[in-house]
Amino acid sequence: MIERKVSVMVVGAGPAGIAAATKAAQLGLETVLVENRDILGGIPLQCVHPGFGLHYFKEDMTGCEFIHRLIDRMHRAGVETIVNAYVHSIEFYSQLEKNVNVVTQSGILRINTKTVIYTAGARERHLFELNVHGDRIDGIYTAGEAQTIMDLYGVLPGKDVVIIGSGDVGLIMARRFALEGANVKAVIEIMPYPGGLLRNIVQCLKDFNIPLYLGHAVTEIIGSKRVEAVKVAKVDEDQRPIRSTEFEITCDTVVIAAGLVPNIDLLEKIGVAVDPRTKGPIVNEYLETSIPGIFAAGNALVVNDLVDYAAEQGEIAADGAKIYIENCGIPTRNWTRIKPGRNLRFVVPHYVSRERDVVLYARVQKPERNVYLSIANFKAKMLSLRPAEMIRIKIPFNRILEDNHRVISVEVVPYE
Amino acid sequence: MKKYRVVIVGAGIIGVSIARVLSMYENFDVSIAEMEPDVGWGISKANTSIIHPCHEEDPERYPLRARLCREGNSIWMEWVKELDILARWPGELMVFHSSEEEREARKYISFAIKNNVPGVQVIYRDELQSYEPTINPDAEGALYAPTAGMISPFEAVIAIAENAIENGVKLIVDTRVSNVKITNHSVVGVDTNRGSIDADIIINAAGLYADHVSHMAGVARSFYIKPRRGEYIVFDEGVDIKPKKILHTTPTPTTKGVYAITTVHGNLMIGPTAEDLPVDARESRTTTENGLSYLLKEGGRILNRVPPPSKIIRRFAGLRPEPPQGEWLIEVYTDPFGFVNVAGIRSPGLTAAPAIANYVLKLMIKKYDITLVKKASWVRHRKSINRIRELSLERLDELIRKNPSYGKIICHCRTVSEAEILEAIDRIIKIGVKPTVDGVKFRTTAGFGKCQGSFCRWRIALLISRKLDIPLHSVVIKRSPYGLGDVKLLLRSRMVNKT
Ligand SMILES: Cc1cc2nc3c(=O)[nH]c(=O)nc-3n(C[C@H](O)[C@H](O)[C@H](O)COP(=O)(O)OP(=O)(O)OC[C@H]3O[C@@H](n4cnc5c(N)ncnc54)[C@H](O)[C@@H]3O)c2cc1C
Ligand SMILES: Cc1cc2nc3c(=O)[nH]c(=O)nc-3n(C[C@H](O)[C@H](O)[C@H](O)COP(=O)(O)OP(=O)(O)OC[C@H]3O[C@@H](n4cnc5c(N)ncnc54)[C@H](O)[C@@H]3O)c2cc1C
Repeated sequence: MIERKVSVMVVGAGPAGIAAATKAAQLGLETVLVENRDILGGIPLQCVHPGFGLHYFKEDMTGCEFIHRLIDRMHRAGVETIVNAYVHSIEFYSQLEKNVNVVTQSGILRINTKTVIYTAGARERHLFELNVHGDRIDGIYTAGEAQTIMDLYGVLPGKDVVIIGSGDVGLIMARRFALEGANVKAVIEIMPYPGGLLRNIVQCLKDFNIPLYLGHAVTEIIGSKRVEAVKVAKVDEDQRPIRSTEFEITCDTVVIAAGLVPNIDLLEKIGVAVDPRTKGPIVNEYLETSIPGIFAAGNALVVNDLVDYAAEQGEIAADGAKIYIENCGIPTRNWTRIKPGRNLRFVVPHYVSRERDVVLYARVQKPERNVYLSIANFKAKMLSLRPAEMIRIKIPFNRILEDNHRVISVEVVPYE
Repeated sequence: MKKYRVVIVGAGIIGVSIARVLSMYENFDVSIAEMEPDVGWGISKANTSIIHPCHEEDPERYPLRARLCREGNSIWMEWVKELDILARWPGELMVFHSSEEEREARKYISFAIKNNVPGVQVIYRDELQSYEPTINPDAEGALYAPTAGMISPFEAVIAIAENAIENGVKLIVDTRVSNVKITNHSVVGVDTNRGSIDADIIINAAGLYADHVSHMAGVARSFYIKPRRGEYIVFDEGVDIKPKKILHTTPTPTTKGVYAITTVHGNLMIGPTAEDLPVDARESRTTTENGLSYLLKEGGRILNRVPPPSKIIRRFAGLRPEPPQGEWLIEVYTDPFGFVNVAGIRSPGLTAAPAIANYVLKLMIKKYDITLVKKASWVRHRKSINRIRELSLERLDELIRKNPSYGKIICHCRTVSEAEILEAIDRIIKIGVKPTVDGVKFRTTAGFGKCQGSFCRWRIALLISRKLDIPLHSVVIKRSPYGLGDVKLLLRSRMVNKT
């Protein structure tokens, strides 16, 4: 067993982890970044489509271009990276000592670190998490798997495709299949509105004449050796299928793009508190979890639709790590709990000191136009909010007047 | 000594157990013909996995079943050690909620006495929690049977097949028996989709299709099998409700009740349902909405709390091969000479399998007047694939230094290394099977975890494609290839069509 001592240990080399490691190194902290795959980069590696980096680099890039720029910058900052390194477990000893056990091909690496920035990304929701019944047969892929085998390995999964979920991932995959000459029979969305950006509805579906079924669900998958058809039905207000409306679509492939879930098994094993709304850890404004010195960022914290925010969270966590190390812990504050109120699905971070500006990330439950995002006396005008687009807003918390120190609720309210 | 050429039809738990027992003797030259691409993809793959104590078998009504189930329970305790099969022996609690249910449960005490099942006793509410903290506190009591165990059923089939093959048995997969050839009242062989195989003895262990095979030989013409579906739900390893013991509801006339167990792989599993299907629905393994809600409800009767449905990571269904009157058909025929039925082996067939194999051999010796000659060198033991998941970090470190491929993790959810995948591929090839992603999954549990393979399926497929030196898209998942071709395939074909 090889033992090492560092100040910052970053778990997972996607955009969040790379940005975190870069920032930590720039702040003068001894940093090591480990990645399970044989290549740095995370999800953007498999994204040959544009739409990356508009906020972060003020440029529209493909996922591959974006991530390469991020990786170059990290190398210049002098971060040590280890690939083919799987974080097996994290052990908490004390405020300034955690052991991270890493499985590598040269043996077990035990990294003794002051802080951990956990950026292991998200996993995809799969068939069994949807209310789909039927046969467990070949021809069913998650979007990420389909994307990986198409764009990294040149495999065409199928030719008559039904996509479950109209989030950006589903839409982009629809176009991806269409570009390869496959026949995308339908995109099925259980909600009454599309899950993805409007520009993606146009560019990925309309331009390719791909039908979108809103307020519909795939109820059953049919086939013996491979998928032969799916059953689709309209759903009622509670998203329950209305059996009388059921019809079949023949297809040989089903792609599931039904959302992501933060991949936090390792954190759950050491008892990190989890927000049931985000399914990620509960964090303060430094993105520190309920376990001292363990920070979370990117999709492992909250599922981001934009890579820019994942990278930004990595940097916030690196700043937190610096403060943590300097003070032997994040100094105690009169923490205020931030809670999602009207029409908000979640708000991250969960605790703020109200001593400085903090970036809030939130998502609405339902689309709404002409509203304010309101926090006590602070109000920001928003023309249009959609569940597909995560809200990112910097809040001057030190200027928020509110006597209640314990809880402040963030709400979406219509213009008077 | 006459050497009998034996063809066993079906590589389920029954077929491979018989093969292993026969492989001990010089008298037999054994082949197994299996229609699926791998062993154990029939009934033996999708069941509750319980090695029953045998206190639920009525010794008067089903004397053979009772005897072989009781024997099987003891033999498994040896076989799992000899063959390194994942198993646990936690004992079971049959939970009752009312005095009627208690009366039903108590009935099994008399069965236990007659079947010679040790340790069976009623536990009442005040003590129940100390036996099993996850049990529903409203339960009035439970019937405790300490000899209940559970195994990994697909691993069991694989392990026994590997061991039998090491001892000279031949496995022929992708081979469906379509006809039993008979000359002068004796079997002479079978026809299959891949040609015919000569045989002196044909053993029908064809599971759901055993009635068809029996009819091919012209025996037991009124015997038919009715499929009865059983659905299951499996929860994420991380849920906090993990019963230590095997828990189940008090049986009804059609099932052994619904079970809630922590599988040998560490997941809470609830099932099965019981639903009679039409005679021809023998591939109907669909899961249903009713099944799901029934299992959640029954689970709630057994457990103090059922985890939320959002924690379900997998649903599946198996088919019971229901014979007429629930009676197993185990018979060695003299007309046609050489035909053997081991048909309609419904529950507790998994439990009884090794005992059934011994019993079939005994009947054959008697009917065919065989004098057994033991092989001088018969290999009793088989080792499982080295699983790093169960190792301490120190042991893992040593292992990686010997073979760095143990240090490359392919399946995150269940911590399965590249070395394990490669070993599984080698073992699959060694028994004469073409490697598939599902074949690897059942040997390593890669893809069994909460992501259900979306991170690791392509990595496993990649390792298979390298090993077989075939394109990634042609690697078989279960029964069909991973992809249709390379990504430009369709575009190219369209361009060709247009010009
Ligand atoms: C199909 C698709 C299309 C997208 N399109 C866009 C777009 O157009 N524009 C945009 O801005 N964003 C887009 N996104 C979103 C963006 O890709 C994500 O927000 C971003 O990649 C999240 O970064 P991350 O670092 O949190 O996670 P990831 O990119 O998932 O990186 C996590 C890394 O951690 C590693 N890891 C996990 N567990 C361990 C462990 N135990 N040990 C070691 N390493 C581990 C993983 O291998 C992985 O490399 C898209 C996403 C998808 C899926
Ligand atoms: C839902 C359910 C729960 C159960 N729970 C338990 C339990 O907890 N404990 C217990 O002891 N028992 C249990 N059982 C019973 C047990 O699973 C079965 O008794 C046992 O698996 C039967 O094994 P088999 O080898 O006869 O059948 P199979 O495993 O189906 O093997 C038969 C094989 O024959 C092949 N085949 C069929 N026709 C042909 C042909 N023409 N040519 C070539 N090959 C052919 C098939 O592909 C198959 O692989 C359960 C069963 C079910 C369905």
